[in-house]
This record gives sequence, structure tokens and C-alpha cells, in this order.
Amino acid sequence: MSTEHHHSDNEQQISRRQFLSRMSIVLGSIGAAAAGIPVIGFIFEPLLRKPPEVWRTVGLLSDFAVGQTVKVVFEDASPLPWSGVTAKTAAWLRRESDDKFTAYAINCTHLGCPVNWLPKATLFMCPCHGGVFYKDGSVAAGPPPKPLQTYPVRISADKVQIQPSPIPIT
Amino acid sequence: MNPFKSVGRWVEDRTGLAATLKPLLKHPVPPNTGWAYVFGSATLTLFIVQVITGVALATAYVPSTESAYTSLQYITHTAALGSMLRGMHYWGASLMVIFVGLHMIRVFLTGAFKFPREMNWLTGVVLLGLTLAMGFSGQLLRWDQNAVWSVVVGAEQAGRTPWIGGAIARFIIGGNTVGAATLSRFFAVHVFLVPGLIFAFIGAHLFLVIRNGISEPPQRGRPVDPKTYRAWYNDMLKRVGRPFWPDAAWRDAVVVLGLIVMLLLLAILRGPPELGKPPDPSIIEAHPRPDWYLLWYFAILALLPHGTESYFIILAPLVIGVSLFLVPLIANRGERSPARRPWAVGSVLVIVTLIGVLTLAGEREPWSPQYNTQPLSAQQIGADSGPVYAGALLFNTKGCQACHAIAGQGGVRGPDLSNVGARLNEQELTWRILNGGYNMPAYGSILTPDELHKLVVFLQSRSADAGE
Repeated sequence: MSTEHHHSDNEQQISRRQFLSRMSIVLGSIGAAAAGIPVIGFIFEPLLRKPPEVWRTVGLLSDFAVGQTVKVVFEDASPLPWSGVTAKTAAWLRRESDDKFTAYAINCTHLGCPVNWLPKATLFMCPCHGGVFYKDGSVAAGPPPKPLQTYPVRISADKVQIQPSPIPIT
Repeated sequence: MNPFKSVGRWVEDRTGLAATLKPLLKHPVPPNTGWAYVFGSATLTLFIVQVITGVALATAYVPSTESAYTSLQYITHTAALGSMLRGMHYWGASLMVIFVGLHMIRVFLTGAFKFPREMNWLTGVVLLGLTLAMGFSGQLLRWDQNAVWSVVVGAEQAGRTPWIGGAIARFIIGGNTVGAATLSRFFAVHVFLVPGLIFAFIGAHLFLVIRNGISEPPQRGRPVDPKTYRAWYNDMLKRVGRPFWPDAAWRDAVVVLGLIVMLLLLAILRGPPELGKPPDPSIIEAHPRPDWYLLWYFAILALLPHGTESYFIILAPLVIGVSLFLVPLIANRGERSPARRPWAVGSVLVIVTLIGVLTLAGEREPWSPQYNTQPLSAQQIGADSGPVYAGALLFNTKGCQACHAIAGQGGVRGPDLSNVGARLNEQELTWRILNGGYNMPAYGSILTPDELHKLVVFLQSRSADAGE
């Protein structure tokens, strides 16, 4: 009888330990989650941020000749105050006609390197892996899988304005 | 009584430090381990040098896109010993990559990853990945033009992941464009996150080295059998084991000193890599390149058949990682001696040769157009007026020369055209120029008939017997 009593005591002990260990794991997990959520939220927040819709003036209508492609420099949509020169970005702006502009992203659609415009050859060439694009942004040669991406452009009174957009991820 | 001794005794009594460390230092190792066993401690030494020089650099470096470039200019050109410190950190990283590689090759060739040391290898594979992550993130902290474009290229590669690629790319750059958040992210990764992981994994790696013991030099015809190996190994250590300190450790000390001397010489004689142009993404004249240890990968991305890179970028690291993880799991028994493992030796030779050749290709980058190449001189052209001369000028301005060299002047992406007049007739030349090819634009919409004619006349004059 004494052994039986001892036995059930032991069983009770085990279930008590089981309970305590499970409880500790659950409590610890709740604590980790509670502390982790703000950290994860902070780090992933940039994914949810929508860029504000802004238009940057890149020049006067009279600055651009029809049929020409030139580099224009403007500021990102919402740079952080301590960005310095990194806040700047560029596009290749082509005046197709009197009232039509196309702004090509400078990023090659292969892996994002900045393409150069060769005005006399009327080609964009990429310095990284040899991608080439025609003046209308379509792929001329090399590894790029897609034409150059474009930015929204508008003419506002006598100003040409570009809407800064996210880096094109192809 | 000597006061130092009594303090020492008190500390030892309260901490048990010596009692814990001494057996670690004196742990028995197999005899005749020799010079092949120094690569691990050499790598560890280099990591410690990286931590110390890194902390020192962090006392002056400003992780802000507004000031990082200026602070690096200060460290490199103004601060006393700053150039040397940056040099040590750069060359230390290079040497660390090399020694991780050597260590891995040694362990692979001698089958040291086999039972019971599978986890030693697996933690080592993680450390290899973390070392490369440090290399890439460190190059970005240089925050010059090259760094800015390297982030973009890195993000674009991550962006090729199916479904969540765009999200990963934005997560990496910390927003929609490369900016202030990008540098701060990479600073946190390079200075806190990855080093923390490296400390943890080095701890695990070393713990496993002590727990499983250093592998004995392999011997032909003495295969590893998981059933008997541990008993055999422990018995061997009991019979002929030597204390690690100093019987084996002295070689580590020699190599470590040699390494440090080499590192200092490199830092003094070669110095750190010069900073490129400022980190202004609107400066288009860029020439983005990874540091040398990733040039082979850069070369692959240029040489892949068009359209396959999306698969390659995602699958290759996956396949490499999974294969490295599988090595000790599928080959944990049997012969360890390289003399009996021709496939192991062969695969190392193939991989090392491939990486070497691709690195050279990445160094030469023959696929890059040379769009700043100078036009040919009148002497090279053999005329100073007329259609041949006009064609030669068009050859330069229309971008042909960016990819085709004549008389050694121009790009090397396409074939050398110094003697093209002997190979192709007028029709063939015209057809190729108008239609282009795999790596050549079609010039049909770019050239006027007159320009095309001049270009063809010029190219036809390029032949060894044209002048006769």
C-alpha cells in the first residue's frame, strides 16, 4: 500500500512538472512575441509605406529639343532629411514631339545598373553586363529581359515634371 | 606571500577559470597533425582582426548617407593611421575569404567532415555564408558610387524571387529607392547582426571541435565506420594523443604571426581600395563592380544565356547551399584519404578552376562596351577624307567601336574587325549591320543609307591585303 501511495505521488509530481514546463514555454513564447512584434513591425514598415505622389520639375519646356534625349536629375519622392546626395536620382528624358515626353528609368532591366545614352548612336548602353537598348527603350542586344521602364511625365504650364517612382525591380 | 599569487588564487577559487580553460587548451589531439591543420585558427585570427579593426573604424565612420563618404575620406586621407586601418580591414576581409576557402578545401579533401563531425561541417557552411555576407555588406558601407549601384544590383537579384521578390528587394533597400535607410540597414547588418551570428556559430564550431576531437590525418585503407569510429578514436588518443597546447598550437602561432605580418604589409604597401565617385545615384558614369571575391559571380551573370538569369539567380545559391549541406549527410562514412576519393579531388579542382577562370573573366569583363573609346587616327584608317574616313568616324560615333576593336582600339564584346574586309563581302556586312544579332543591336533604324554605305566601305577596307 505504501508503494502504491508513493507511485501515485510520483505521477502527480510528473504531471505537475509537465504542467509547469509547458506553462513556462507558453509564457516565454508570449513574452518573446510581445517584445518581437514592435521590432518586426519597425523593420518591415518600409514595405507598407506608399510613396507620396509628388511631381518634380526637371526643366522648362523650352529647355528640351524635339527628338533629343537628355539626362535630368531630380529628388526622390520622400527622402529622409539626412540623405545628402543619395536623395538624388536621374532619368533619361526624351522629347518625342511638341507635347509628348518620355522619361526612361536609368536602371538597366537586367540587374539595375545605370545605362548610358550614346546620342549619335541613339542607343542606351549598360556598363555592367553589356545590355543595349534602342532610343525608344526597347531591348537592342545583350541580357536585359525587358524594355527600359518609364516614369510618369507631365507638362504643367511651361514646366516639364516627372513623378519620382520606386526603383524598377524587374 | 606573493600578492599577485594570492589574488590569482582568489579569482581561480571564485571562478574556476583556469580549471575550465586548461583542459580545453591541453585537450589531446592526434599525433602528426602538421601544417594542414592551421587554416581554422588562421581564419579565426583574421575574424578577430576584423572585429578589432572594425570597432576602431566605427569610432570615426558615420553611417549616414550624408556623411559616410566624407567620414571615409577623412579616415583614408587625414586621420593618422586611418589608411592603414582601412587597409587592414579590407585585406583582412580578403584573406578571411581565402582562408575560409582553404580551410574548407582541406576539410573536404581529407574527409574530416565524416562521422562524427557532420555538424562541424554544417556550422562551417553557415560561417562561409556569413563571411560572404560580411564581404558584400562591408563593400556597401564604403558608400561610394560603386556601393550605391551594388545595392541596386543586389536588390534586383533578390527581386527575381518568385512572388515575394519585390517585397524582398524593398526590404533590402529599406524603401522604394536607395537612400538614407539603405545605408543604416546595411550598417546594422554588417556591424551588429552578422557579427553576432558569426560569434554564435564560431562558438558552436569550436565547441564541436573540442567535443568531437580534431580529425586524425587520413590514411589509405582506414575507412570511417560510424559503429566503431568513436571507440577507435578515443583509444587512439589515449595511446598516442598529444596535448593541443603546445604540441599542435605552436604551428598555429607561427602561421598567425606570418598572417599578421602579411596583413600589415598589404595594408601599408597596397593600402585600402580608393573610394570611387560620391554616392550620388544621378551620376550615370558608373562602372559598378563587386570586390574580387564575388567577381566570378558577376562574370556568370554576364555570360549566362539571355533570359536564364532569373532562374540562375534563385536556383544557383539554393543548389550550392543545399549541396554543401548534403555533403556530410550523404558521405559520412568510408575512405577519408584523398588518394581513394578521386571524385572529391576532381570536384575541388573543377570548382577552383571554374572560380579562377570566371574571376579572371570578371576582371577583364570583355562583355562591357567601351563607350569612351577614341576614334581611329587618320594613319590607322589609311585616309584623311572620303568615304573610308567618314565610315571610320561613324564606326566610333555610332557605337560600333564600343564592342568591336580595330587595330587594338575599342571594345572586345564583339569580334575584332581589323581584318573583316577579308572575311565578309559587302552584302554580308550590310546584312549584319542592319539586322544585328544576339549581342548586337540592329542598326536598320539607326543608320541612313548613306551612313550605312560609308560604314561598309570602311569595313571592307579593313583587311591585310586591302592596302596592296
